[in-house]
Amino acid sequence: MAGRTLYDKIWDQHRVREQGEGAALLYIDRHMVHEVTSPQAFEGLRLAGRRPWRTGSVLATADHNVPTTDRAGGISDALARTQVEALDRNCGEYGIRLFGMSDLRQGIVHVIGPEQGATLPGMTIVCGDSHTATHGAFGSLAFGIGTSEVEHVLATQCVVQYKAKNMLVQVDGRPGPGVTAKDIMLAIIGHIGTAGGTGHTIEFAGEAIRSLSMEGRMTICNMAIEAGARAGLMAVDDTTIDYLRDRPFAPRDETWEQAVAAWHDLHSDADAEFDRVVRLDAAEIEPQVTWGTSPEMVGPIGGHVPDPGAEPDPVKADSIRRALAYQGLEPGTPIREIRPDKIFIGSCTNARIEDLRAAAAVVRGRTLAAGIRLAMVVPGSGLVKQQAEAEGLDEVFKAAGFEWREPGCSMCLAMNSDRLEPGERCASTSNRNFEGRQGQGGRTHLVSPAMAAGAAVTGHFVDVRELSDRRH
Amino acid sequence: MEPFTTFTGIVAPLDRANVDTDAIIPKQFLKSIQRTGFGPNLFDSWRYLDAGEPGQDPSARQPNPDFVLNQPRYAGAGVLLARENFACGSSREHAVWALTDFGIRAVIAPSFADIFYNNSFKNGLLPVRLDADTVERLFRATEASEGYRVTVDLERQRVVEPDGTEHPFEIDPFRRRCLLEGLDDIGLTLQHADDIRAYEARRREEAPWLFAE
Repeated sequence: MAGRTLYDKIWDQHRVREQGEGAALLYIDRHMVHEVTSPQAFEGLRLAGRRPWRTGSVLATADHNVPTTDRAGGISDALARTQVEALDRNCGEYGIRLFGMSDLRQGIVHVIGPEQGATLPGMTIVCGDSHTATHGAFGSLAFGIGTSEVEHVLATQCVVQYKAKNMLVQVDGRPGPGVTAKDIMLAIIGHIGTAGGTGHTIEFAGEAIRSLSMEGRMTICNMAIEAGARAGLMAVDDTTIDYLRDRPFAPRDETWEQAVAAWHDLHSDADAEFDRVVRLDAAEIEPQVTWGTSPEMVGPIGGHVPDPGAEPDPVKADSIRRALAYQGLEPGTPIREIRPDKIFIGSCTNARIEDLRAAAAVVRGRTLAAGIRLAMVVPGSGLVKQQAEAEGLDEVFKAAGFEWREPGCSMCLAMNSDRLEPGERCASTSNRNFEGRQGQGGRTHLVSPAMAAGAAVTGHFVDVRELSDRRH
Repeated sequence: MEPFTTFTGIVAPLDRANVDTDAIIPKQFLKSIQRTGFGPNLFDSWRYLDAGEPGQDPSARQPNPDFVLNQPRYAGAGVLLARENFACGSSREHAVWALTDFGIRAVIAPSFADIFYNNSFKNGLLPVRLDADTVERLFRATEASEGYRVTVDLERQRVVEPDGTEHPFEIDPFRRRCLLEGLDDIGLTLQHADDIRAYEARRREEAPWLFAE
């Protein structure tokens, strides 16, 4: 028998039964819940007279809608408040663990799961959020689901699934200095396209991936969905295990030893076969900046805005034309000459402590460039914020002119009041540059935290590798 | 769930690739705690010239006359024709709810994003994958004749053009059956509650750390 991939192993271990006709019932170990995609699920449960199957598997927090400014006065937006209150009520009624808005542990659901050790290797993890793939960095099978499936998991602890194909994205070699996990992932998406992983589970492997911290690995898996894959995952190694040791929800003592022994099998077998393999050389990857309205519309900092006239495929040429019109960009413009109005450092992609350190390293001793109207740092969780403050990072940002905010999803999707105005341009560490994503008419350029910081202090996109040894 | 067997309706062509769920239903409308009422805000920022906010009176909005769903010839459309990677991005099921609330019963495209594809079946919306050449042919036919309709026949797995030309499509048998019969899939899964409990009992022994409360 051919070897199995990591995905095959986790799949096999969680299959409760074959439903026939290609569908399987898959057991879910961890269910993360937030306020936006859960109210209708709880309501459905209630209307059908059902109860949650295993409340201990559920971890809830409010992140999408919460204000990132002072929270002493609660939420002023009545609709957002209703939604957050519904989460409080639903969790209270069913005895579900909730990190509410005033809890230090509150934060973006994909930041707090790993931070708490609620994300463990080999788990199946779901959440009503497409960036659930983040947790795959721990060798777990994690994917986003819709609200009907949230209700299904609450009621049955299972989802009905069709097995995806196996895809391997191997990044060989080491990235150069100043090239981060975000740049690697944007380069992968640029290479395979936003539908490149559709129907597949992507395993990320290779020296460049192994050399990353857990924060960097999470950044990569987080954006598997931007490559079309519902789930992205990575093999477990000592980096994974070291990160999890002594986390609040992680096992302890003998159970920890037992778990670690089991986790050592969480990698693809040497003779495992993948349906598709893509290889990239990390040494060739430069810091990346998206120029368009899809994450695949991306290029190196040294590049130029493309010319739709040079694109032979008419559907693609039309997409480029629309994107440039929306983004207010001319073909051939050097990426370095693009000048953002706002800077957003945050999101489930890049709001962990390492991200804030990387941005602060660029900002330290510098100030916001004259053209920047607003620059904000939104830590991924209360604990990330606390850690950053203990390291004095907040002072670095504030001294430069950044706003230092409370944790939440914030301007990644702009459900709260953090948003772009029509025509405003943003250097953003988030994951989506869709039209209107950060506010109606807003223009997004996706970059790494260091690159966002570089744009903040120079007023235009800049190769951070040049900034590291140049002070003004 | 409302069953889907066969549906005949006007086709509206949305000629863009990589349409994302943020475009289908923008974030400001996700603050609702209901499953209904999203139809007026389907494709809000493309469909209207004024800025959309929750609670507006749709009749007081300024429709964008260039947007396909505002063109009189596509009024009452029940089938949406789209390009590659339709409904990528966010997992929001609100995108499906907005389409069905508007009156769309089937979407035809060369490919769909996985989460949206899955969500559609939970709400009686049929996503039909046809190859890019066939989709291109349907775009041309739709634009060529006003009132162009197709029949989407799930039982026979065919899209039927007005002249009788048929285009077969693939669909997972389990999904097809659930949609044809309008089955409640939670109810179906709970028929196997004993299997779930047996699985849990075994896993508690093998991997107790997964069951820490």
